Amino acid sequence: MNLALAKNETGRALSDSFAVARDRLPGTGKVAEARSAAFEAYDRVGLPHRRIEDWKYTDLRALMRDVLPLAPAPDAAALARAAAAVKLQAIKGVRRLVLVDGVFAPKLSELDGLEKGLTIRTLREVLEAGDAALQAQLFTPDVANPMVALNSAMMTDGVVIEIANGLVLTQPLHVVHIASGTAPAAMFTRSLLRLGKDAGATLVESYIAADGATAYQAHDSLIVTVGDNSRLDQIRLIEDISEAFNISSAVITLGAHAHFNTFGMTSGAAVSRYQATIAFAGEGSRVETNGVNLLNGRQHADTTLFMDHAVPHCASREVFRAVADDRAHSVFQGRIVVRPNAQKTDAKMMTRALLLSDEAEADNKPELEIFADDVTCGHGATTGALDESLLFYLRARGLSEKEAQALLIQAFVGEAIESIVNDDLREFAIAAAQRWLEARG
Amino acid sequence: MSLLEVKDLKVRVEDREILHGLTLTVNPGEVHAIMGPNGSGKSTLSHVIAGKPGYEVTGGEILFRGENLLEMAPDERAAKGVFLAFQYPVEIPGVATMTFLRTALNAQRKARGESEYSTPDFLKKVREVAKSLNIPQDMLRRGVNVGFSGGEKKRNEILQMALFEPAVCILDEMDSGLDIDALRVAADGVNALRSPDRAMVVITHYQRLLNYIVPDFVHVMSKGRVVKSGGKDLALELEASGYAQFEDAA
Ligand SMILES: Nc1ncnc2c1ncn2[C@@H]1O[C@H](COP(=O)(O)OP(=O)(O)OP(=O)(O)O)[C@@H](O)[C@H]1O
Ligand SMILES: [Mg+2]
Repeated sequence: MNLALAKNETGRALSDSFAVARDRLPGTGKVAEARSAAFEAYDRVGLPHRRIEDWKYTDLRALMRDVLPLAPAPDAAALARAAAAVKLQAIKGVRRLVLVDGVFAPKLSELDGLEKGLTIRTLREVLEAGDAALQAQLFTPDVANPMVALNSAMMTDGVVIEIANGLVLTQPLHVVHIASGTAPAAMFTRSLLRLGKDAGATLVESYIAADGATAYQAHDSLIVTVGDNSRLDQIRLIEDISEAFNISSAVITLGAHAHFNTFGMTSGAAVSRYQATIAFAGEGSRVETNGVNLLNGRQHADTTLFMDHAVPHCASREVFRAVADDRAHSVFQGRIVVRPNAQKTDAKMMTRALLLSDEAEADNKPELEIFADDVTCGHGATTGALDESLLFYLRARGLSEKEAQALLIQAFVGEAIESIVNDDLREFAIAAAQRWLEARG
Repeated sequence: MSLLEVKDLKVRVEDREILHGLTLTVNPGEVHAIMGPNGSGKSTLSHVIAGKPGYEVTGGEILFRGENLLEMAPDERAAKGVFLAFQYPVEIPGVATMTFLRTALNAQRKARGESEYSTPDFLKKVREVAKSLNIPQDMLRRGVNVGFSGGEKKRNEILQMALFEPAVCILDEMDSGLDIDALRVAADGVNALRSPDRAMVVITHYQRLLNYIVPDFVHVMSKGRVVKSGGKDLALELEASGYAQFEDAA
């Protein structure tokens, strides 16, 4: 790593900011040590740039330039603005857990009547007074990735959810990240979900801003373990304001005969990067990941997935649909590794990009590293414009150009959205896509 | 005033002139049949009337109720009452037929300043029309034309025509791919729409369709022009003698 490059002005400012913030960050002893080690790991590299292979399409040094100072804890006015935003974006039938400016907001969250076997704590609580094993688990994500390292160093709050063996939650858990700050600032959150054996849950994560929020950076990470014979459905919706940055990481580890169904949609934020590792640790498990990007203006959205087939008899499906208008830039990096003993792996990845303007760009980087011989693996990718003959058919039936495009774009992303099993959540995702289409005019 | 007037129309596609000065006048209530060999420009004419991009009009004009049709966007033409039943209707995966029909109908109504249909009224109307055309409900739930047989696609075109109630209907080979029973059902659907203020232009290769949809005028197209016009008997004449005589005339 080029140290000279890492030690720029920005790096120094951030070191100072970490020193200042340290006292506000929860945890002492081992936790504080782990934070410092993580900060050092980050500081050695600084913001990732295009000469780091994994970041070649998303040069944060050029796009983000610096890490903003830690957001202050929300005051009453901020919480009131956040409450209004939550109301506008409410999803029917979910249990809401709200983080405002990176801090858990109990008054906006629903913690009453928790099902037996469901425990929800804040990250702050756990870092300050949790058991050592859980604290250690919170520091497992690999700090070789600078943005993960930065998040480990700076994480302020989040939710720690534990679901006992045998508990199948019918009510989805909705973690809402709201930025309300009127001065530019960064939020660092980390959440953890432990799903026991023979259990089930649906996790929704959404990223929004309250009225009046200015340029902010949401730095989030998620650690998930799915027990044997359990099923987790996950829905992520990035609807940050157009000046915002959203840098999120996730590590999901699956036991045996587990099922993980995940859907992510990015329609907001100036720059976003979602980097997720999905690791198969038990045989007979299955993963479906579906992703949608809906981008316009000068938006940049990067989804980087690493599917780690470490054990035999697992299946993964990745479907990614990108729509880019104006000068937007969509990035999908999909790496699939099939380790030597992971026989009978069935891994497929299909990405399609729809470019609505000549200046829009979609980069797609599939990487298959297969070290087992009895496997079915494949990937495919297409990039193109809307089909002229379909557009004409619709227009000949009375649809305006925008209406015809909207119908075809809906159809294009529809297949991915259809993967959401819960009706209310699917409707919510469709409505989010609709908002994007309507904003196009 | 004529409903549709095509005057001395010249059209090029990719630097090749396809229509070389075509004239056709259609009045309200009339049914015109256009016949002519493959490649004579029938579909080209229908596409240019509907406003398909990729055609360059190098001469002549098309008037719809006296207005310059060529200046209008395709959706504007549709809202004003121009309808083309395509020779090859496209499949649109992911767009449910019902959604498509409702979006299209309401877009046309909105453009005309009319109120949008309520869901129950719309459903009732579609069901009625679908039933009269022997179109099963499950077809309407599928993607537009996706997995439809050739005949089903054609019936879906007639369904739209019945739903949108256009002023001018151009039917480009609606009979191709239809079996005899389906042909009769589709023709009945078309005949039900005949009215004193609506006109039809029926493009076909086969006299048989014209036994069901009896035209007032028959035009023979060859090499990008109308080379002969006459009454319905002209179709019978063609059936007997073929197009060879007209190719020379063109
Ligand atoms: N997009 C295009 N590019 C090049 N040539 C074209 C294009 N569209 C039509 N043509 C040519 O124009 C001529 C007329 O075609 P058109 O489809 O209008 O004929 P048609 O009378 O409808 O024939 P058919 O009876 O086979 O349907 C043909 O020679 C055809 O190849
Ligand atoms: Mg034709």
